[in-house]
Amino acid sequence: MLTVEGLRSKYGRIEVLHGIDLEVRSGEIVTVVGANGAGKTTLLKCLSGTQPVTGGEITFRGEMLTSVAAFKRLKRGLAQSPEGRQIFTNLSVEENLRLGAFLFSDDRVERDMEDAYQTFPILREKRNLAAGGLSGGQQQMLAIARALMGRPSCLLLDEPSMGLAPLLVAQIFEVVSGLKERGVTVLLVEQNAFGALKIADRGYVMETGRITMTADADELIADPRIREAYLGI
Amino acid sequence: MDGLMQFIFSGLTVGAVYALVALGFTIIYNASDVVNFSQGEFVMLGGMITVFTFEAGLPLPLAAVVAIAVTAGVGVALNKLAIEPARGAPVVSLIIITIGASILIRGASQLIFDKQLHRFPAFSGDEPLQVLGATILPQSLWVIGGALLVFVALWLFFTKTLTGKAVLATANNRLAAQLVGINTNYVMTLSFALSAAIGALAGVLVTPITLVGYDVGVGLALKGFAAAMLGGMGNPKGALVGGLLLGLCEALTAGFLSSQYKEAVAFVIILAVLFVMPQGLFGRKSTERV
Repeated sequence: MLTVEGLRSKYGRIEVLHGIDLEVRSGEIVTVVGANGAGKTTLLKCLSGTQPVTGGEITFRGEMLTSVAAFKRLKRGLAQSPEGRQIFTNLSVEENLRLGAFLFSDDRVERDMEDAYQTFPILREKRNLAAGGLSGGQQQMLAIARALMGRPSCLLLDEPSMGLAPLLVAQIFEVVSGLKERGVTVLLVEQNAFGALKIADRGYVMETGRITMTADADELIADPRIREAYLGI
Repeated sequence: MDGLMQFIFSGLTVGAVYALVALGFTIIYNASDVVNFSQGEFVMLGGMITVFTFEAGLPLPLAAVVAIAVTAGVGVALNKLAIEPARGAPVVSLIIITIGASILIRGASQLIFDKQLHRFPAFSGDEPLQVLGATILPQSLWVIGGALLVFVALWLFFTKTLTGKAVLATANNRLAAQLVGINTNYVMTLSFALSAAIGALAGVLVTPITLVGYDVGVGLALKGFAAAMLGGMGNPKGALVGGLLLGLCEALTAGFLSSQYKEAVAFVIILAVLFVMPQGLFGRKSTERV
């Protein structure tokens, strides 16, 4: 579904992605794990079109995506819940969700919103409040819910567990693994390697701008090198 | 309290003009956090273009429509030629660009048109109406009505339409706006066109009362800015109330103190607002977790 070949990207003159190859097949949950600064977020930004690509190609559902403007990518089915949540802090929770479905104005918008409230009941409680006043965990829920309002076939998730209490992390991961049943393919970028690998089908390990290892998620969890470097076991 | 009613009428008229200028500020501000200091030039262009197309033989309504359309075009050009290429620059730089643009537009108008003051006939004649022992010009009612109409339209736009929400979303978080599929460049172009059109409409409505010349924009932009600050930047309700209050303060100061202090009122109000309540009367306090 999503294929990345030889992807390169720079900040100024410093190259941070040195040729990334990666594939996400339809219906999978794929995770990219790695330490802080490995380039995981940059990779996702390239995929969503908010970071310039200096080499390589991105193909999504058989179409070249590399030079498609960021705002057109959701229409093609690719949504991103970005790092740092990036919700519309001045708008209400409900307005955030409605804008998630900016491309649509049919009856399904209402149903999807009802769906989001069922998945995250706390959002229904706070639907008329400014989103900026939500707690970190609630903002993360809103960011994911908003991305889903855009009816993506593939969702890019950047560090959904960042800065959250363990209980919330578990809840977020549960929701992410539930996306599979809805037919949403997921590319999950995480520092919390253990949590991510537990719900993923396959995983990639990223180090300083390169993919250093890829395997099925349970193999990676079992791999002694991974256990030592990322799982702290 | 002799003449109080008269002062209130003239205050409301002037206030409605300020409100229209302030309403013009709100859209661009809501889309980009930029205070567009060439908003006053849009008002001037609205008046000037109407004058010259009317004198060239066009019927007045058509001349007004042409003026509004051309001014909207100037707004779009300002965005495409000056604001968009500077994307990523700090808001302050963008504001300075709009000040530069206002100087440019003023200079160009002086060359293209002339340095005289102009007017065209009032829409419903110049016969004053007697209301509550005071008089009011029919054109004043046009101005006040225009301000109310634009206010209602803008309020509906920002609260009821998805496009209006997209404008707010673009200002709040441009990255996230793109991720939900909003074409943020289009939103910016649209907001400059709308702001310019509202400015031009103000120019069309007030020219029969206040006359128009190439340099009326500066004063109007500053007064409109004061009104918008007083009401709360970015809020249509604030722009309307701020404008009317400012107009009333000016008129009452001129009437009961001295007309020499009239001009100072706006600036005293700006200072007071900035010191005491920087978010204005209806401004939203920004809520943000860090």
